[in-house]
Amino acid sequence: MIDEKFLKTEERAIFALRSLYGTYGYLPYKMSKFEEYELYVQNKDFLVSDRIITFNDTNGRLLALKPDVTLSIIKNGEDGEGVKQKVYYNENVYRVSENTHHYKEIMQSGLECVGDLDLYDFFEVISLAAESLSMISQDFVLEISHLDILSAFLDSVCPDAAFRNQALRYIAEKNPHDLQRLCEKYEVSEENCEKLSGFIYAYGKRDAVIGKLSEICTGVANDALNELKMLSKMLDETPYKDKILFDFSVVNDMSYYNGFVFKGFLNGICEGILSGGQYDKLMAKMGRQSRAIGFALYLDLLEQMPSKQNAYDVDVVLLYGDGNSKIDVARAVRSICEKGMTVSAQRSADPSVRCRQIIKVSEVDKIC
Amino acid sequence: MLNVALPKGRLGEKVYAMFEAAGYECPSIKENNRKLVFVNEEKGIKYFLVKPSDVPIYVERGAADIGVAGKDILLEYQPNVYELLDLNLGKCNMAVAGPKEFYDDGIKALRVATKFPNIATDYYTKIGRDIDIIKLNGSIEIAPIVGLSDVIVDIVETGTTLKENNLEVKTTILPISARFIANKSSFKFKGTQIEQIVQAIKEQLK
Repeated sequence: MIDEKFLKTEERAIFALRSLYGTYGYLPYKMSKFEEYELYVQNKDFLVSDRIITFNDTNGRLLALKPDVTLSIIKNGEDGEGVKQKVYYNENVYRVSENTHHYKEIMQSGLECVGDLDLYDFFEVISLAAESLSMISQDFVLEISHLDILSAFLDSVCPDAAFRNQALRYIAEKNPHDLQRLCEKYEVSEENCEKLSGFIYAYGKRDAVIGKLSEICTGVANDALNELKMLSKMLDETPYKDKILFDFSVVNDMSYYNGFVFKGFLNGICEGILSGGQYDKLMAKMGRQSRAIGFALYLDLLEQMPSKQNAYDVDVVLLYGDGNSKIDVARAVRSICEKGMTVSAQRSADPSVRCRQIIKVSEVDKIC
Repeated sequence: MLNVALPKGRLGEKVYAMFEAAGYECPSIKENNRKLVFVNEEKGIKYFLVKPSDVPIYVERGAADIGVAGKDILLEYQPNVYELLDLNLGKCNMAVAGPKEFYDDGIKALRVATKFPNIATDYYTKIGRDIDIIKLNGSIEIAPIVGLSDVIVDIVETGTTLKENNLEVKTTILPISARFIANKSSFKFKGTQIEQIVQAIKEQLK
């Protein structure tokens, strides 16, 4: 039996998530720590960081320590009508940290749903993302955007790729002042500039955001907007409906992602702990006909969650000496453990071990 | 409690005045002492005074929910934060400057001394010019005078320092001003209070 009090938050999360994903028919996906480097060279922009740890295998093949899980899962698989692959994973990935600029081992948990997908599958993955966050803390927010809406509107405003990239960056930053300057530079009309800035403020309760989008996107991206409305209706029936919001500043690389993209936040963690989206474009780049959606939870960030520090390392330090028979020491240790306490048997009191009480073997019956 | 990282110095004083006018005063900040953290429990606000270039780090890492930083610092370090408002304070330009007699004939790699290697590299990459970046931490103007570099990429306010050292602006790269930034996660959970402050400061800018 595992005593839960000894589990770290991320370990507890892994158990809970495994059970959740299994309930919805997602199968565990186990992969090697290494992957052919070539897989990443071809899709560098898809990766969070393009710096990869590489090494030569004994036969000279160039391998990489996995910086990403999604590419390994989707590189093979069957495409066809009605075919779906639903998998989840708990894996360590190796990336350069944006903060320290050094390589870091990151514990990642997530799932991928690949195949002949429809709106139900997108809903299932998004609601599982919300449920995953709720299993770690009830104080969470999941924010969803729809890239097809943003993309169609940008195309209608100014087709220039440089404008588009810069505009997306400013929308992601919720930066209306620089977006306005950009529009002036590219001679975008005042009306369109105002509408584009509207995406920066398209965040919050889902119904309110849909209202704002309907005003912005007159005649543009109707199908995508309807899809978003339908998803919102389905999310209204989940227990987390108030914590699932829309926010059009959630933007992923549009050369790989399309449709729904989302990000999850937990109160107390300074950055998004969950990131996901639909990546049909990546599938197409890899020669696959299927659609795909998935998300990853960065469990290493759970270390930032405020936790109560234990006042003691162990409850009892049990001191014994040459005068004590080892069998008496073993009995004393067992007796303390049976009382539900933690114990460290020592020959002398170690000041670096913080304990509630120090006792000798002969005093074990007086323990409180 | 909303944590605010303010840049130490004149800019910080001006920014605090805006927060004060917005109703988030903390009188102890004006006392002449060496304290760095100031709290107004009643208003639920805590100010930290930090080195201007460190403000985005405090905000990105969530130690501060909001802060004010120069656009130069934001472009150089690219922190993952929201940039909610241009405060139109601390206005200056990021520029290429060099000796009056210097002419870039494009034959050799251009030696560029700067405190902002990312901004400089980005600018010269865009115009397709091969450069040799020399990262310095201060007194950048000396570099071309003593032959360490051909030009500098630095902030120019009035241009007086350049003039006194026989240097001139060759190209203006971009305008700089102070920006109101917010931690992305804080914005999700303390959004109402942050938006109230943004709105109140926006009113002052009109």
